[in-house]
Amino acid sequence: MLLAKIVGTIVATRKDPRLVSSKLLIARPMDPRGKAEGAYLVAVDTVDAGVGETVLIVSGSSARMASGLKDCPVDAAVVGIVDTVDLQEESRG
Amino acid sequence: MHLARVIGDVVATHKDPQLSGIKLLIVQPLTPDGEAAGRPIVAVDAVGAGIGENVFFVRGKEASFPFYPAEPPVDAGIVGIVDHWTHEHELGS
Repeated sequence: MLLAKIVGTIVATRKDPRLVSSKLLIARPMDPRGKAEGAYLVAVDTVDAGVGETVLIVSGSSARMASGLKDCPVDAAVVGIVDTVDLQEESRG
Repeated sequence: MHLARVIGDVVATHKDPQLSGIKLLIVQPLTPDGEAAGRPIVAVDAVGAGIGENVFFVRGKEASFPFYPAEPPVDAGIVGIVDHWTHEHELGS
């Protein structure tokens, strides 16, 4: 899973019927230290996350296992709102 | 599967209900030399791993298999704690 910061929302009127009533968010992946990295991605929200929050994103086919997304055409889902990240050791290398 | 070191943990109170009771850890993938390789990611723990331990983890939907018959929305999961490993350098390197 990825840590990410929610930076925006998306409104799409015309979309796959299985995505109707899904909230779409723009997320910026970040490393555990909070530094943004990688490409922005669009994720379906399942936990009522909002702009500015740090979240946990599951990607790939596992995203369909999130609540309410069974058989939905999604490859990224927000499945948790992060309270704290505790980093005990600086990685070597 | 990938070799990694557990370098931190993540606390998320508000999350997908299927993630309740599952420990979230930050793992730093490693090369066989023990050097960091690529970005740290968040993985679920299926074996009772802790910070500072070397582990191996699976990516993709298979990460949810240790929790069968539950199907939590996870895409990376720790499935073993490494006691030790050996590795021979390739000739000429």
